[in-house]
Amino acid sequence: MNIVENFDLYAPRLVDKEEHFSAGHRACQGCGEALAIRLMCKALGKDTVIVNATGCMEVVSTMYPTTAWNLPWIHVAFPNSASVGAGVEAGLKVLRRKGKIADRDVKTVAIGGDGGTFDIGLQALSGAMERRHDLLYVCFDNEAYMNTGIQRSGATPFGASTTTAPAGADSTGKSEWKKNLAEIIAAHNVPYVATACHSYPFDFMNKVKKARKIKGPSFIHCMSVCPTGWRTASEDTIKMGRLAVETGVFPLYEIENGKYTMNIKPDRLRPMEDYLKLQGRFRHLTPADIEVIQTRVNLEYNKLLNKVENLQSWEDLS
Amino acid sequence: MSERVGMEIALAAAETVALCRPDVIAAYPITPNTHIPEHLSDIVAEGRLDADFICVESEHSALSACCGASGAGARAFTATSSQGLLYMAEVVPIVSAMRLPVVMIIGNRALSGPINIWNDHSDIMSQRDVGWISMFAANGQEVVDMTVQSFKIAEHRDVMLPVNLNLDGFQLTHVVEPMLFPSQEEVDAFLPEYEPYAAVHPDNIVSMGTLALPEIFNEVMKAKDEVLKDSKKVILEVWKEWEEKFGRTYKPVESYRTEGAEILLLAIGSMAETAEVAIDELRDRGMPVGLLKLRLWRPFPFEEIRNAVKGVKAMAVLDRAVSFGGPGGPVFSEVRSALYDEKVRPTIISEIIGLGGRDVPVGDFIKIAEKAARVAKTGPEEEYEIFGVRGS
Repeated sequence: MNIVENFDLYAPRLVDKEEHFSAGHRACQGCGEALAIRLMCKALGKDTVIVNATGCMEVVSTMYPTTAWNLPWIHVAFPNSASVGAGVEAGLKVLRRKGKIADRDVKTVAIGGDGGTFDIGLQALSGAMERRHDLLYVCFDNEAYMNTGIQRSGATPFGASTTTAPAGADSTGKSEWKKNLAEIIAAHNVPYVATACHSYPFDFMNKVKKARKIKGPSFIHCMSVCPTGWRTASEDTIKMGRLAVETGVFPLYEIENGKYTMNIKPDRLRPMEDYLKLQGRFRHLTPADIEVIQTRVNLEYNKLLNKVENLQSWEDLS
Repeated sequence: MSERVGMEIALAAAETVALCRPDVIAAYPITPNTHIPEHLSDIVAEGRLDADFICVESEHSALSACCGASGAGARAFTATSSQGLLYMAEVVPIVSAMRLPVVMIIGNRALSGPINIWNDHSDIMSQRDVGWISMFAANGQEVVDMTVQSFKIAEHRDVMLPVNLNLDGFQLTHVVEPMLFPSQEEVDAFLPEYEPYAAVHPDNIVSMGTLALPEIFNEVMKAKDEVLKDSKKVILEVWKEWEEKFGRTYKPVESYRTEGAEILLLAIGSMAETAEVAIDELRDRGMPVGLLKLRLWRPFPFEEIRNAVKGVKAMAVLDRAVSFGGPGGPVFSEVRSALYDEKVRPTIISEIIGLGGRDVPVGDFIKIAEKAARVAKTGPEEEYEIFGVRGS
């Protein structure tokens, strides 16, 4: 049953109807990450191998003997989806060269959450990017260790209350700023780096398609709203992702051969309060705390705009 | 097979790995195994081996990349030592649980600390209960032979388990020895191409490495245990075939001058070769002493150990690792456990020896054999001894 009138007439022209990440997995209601993965798989198509780090998505999608994956999928451990991906990519390349598997392009895509990417998997990711594997890595960032119960990660934003950086009489939650992972990966001179969010599905899928075509390493940082960890209403997942972009706290941009492009550029940024006030993890913040955050968001956004305006593609520099 | 070639054993290991035509090699430098991946990278660079050599940024990634490559259906190889093996440790039991036939050579080295780059077996003993087939080589020829055997055993459809082949750091890795190498044709005839049971590829969609709940976990562990135990049948078949084709015999427990022996030494790895000299000397003096060399560590050769000690009064088990505060060296405690239900069994003592590269000369084996002869009459004197500690 289609709840949208004439869905079959229009939607298939925009999005592949085939489901590679099927319904029936055990993700929470309103999980942004599950939605983002579904969209990513549609954009990737069937000639893909998924390498999954330990985390929510591995747990909810592959409870033996069931699997939600209609793509070849492998999971080994928490910190190593990039290095397992490097091995898959190398293995497929050699087997294809030796004529032992079909002679066609199969893309290896490693995925992980923010814990598995910003923190424990950063070394493996850095190594894989530096070695120029033909590998797309997508980080689904829900800003804390949600699978283990909302512990703080290097991706948790300043001021968020988590189970290991709780707000209290002497604490305003996490006291450090979020790591800028896209910049860290860009510093590896990777040809394609992008930020994305499930609330902008076509922007995200276009980026996945673009990254898929890169012969070499590419990286997408996909903001994924987590109602459970953010203490937001499950029906607000899309709205929260949009607010993250509209406030400028998570701008959507691409870095192609060093050139920055802002993909969604609001005429005027909404105040951070609009974003923060809907989330239980920020409920303890005072107006003064919010002002500190606002100042930092403005600064980071302006730093990004400066790059968008001034940095050229390497192609034009050589 | 023609003439013996003198070569450093690590390089011989690399040359033999190349004869096995791995598709992917992933390794990270750590003394004393390093010459193996170094030389393999030379072989790839020279165009003698069509493989992808991944210079990973850690041992964790080395074994992870091997997992990925093997999961994709490729033949994968890695090598490491000591802290490198510990750094891999998170991935080690997953490789066997996923039934990925990765082959790893371990140039055995003491675990830190204090940091020490020389040989003992504390690295592999820390990774004992992980579901891998685990074997020890005692000299360069065995390294060559067992490398080829390892791939065949690992990839056998009834096994599909990773294999670690242990050779003593420096005592073997850095020693030049004359060795016989099989030809490429001989290896190709012995070792068939790897045919994966399942591999991640869109032409055959599988999910590998899924989550198992408590309702299924005992069964999964039981299956893993059964397949490892059953692998012994294939190991013996492969060794028999090797003997038929190459004329060199391999057994789970080798024996040296054990006929009529009342006293036995049991050693593992390269020190067994030195021990042979001590046995010769003691036999010349008229002591009824013999030597057992444990080659197959996992699956543990219970039956062979039981048969080997029949009629023996005392046995000293030599370990190159300490089980701190435990029942004795790891090999000792397993051997003693294997013999517990025997109605007649020798007195068994645990001698821990040669730690962190401490030399084990012939005289040490003689002293230990004499101690074993003494306890055969008087009974064990302590739970275990760390042999040759100065000032004690």
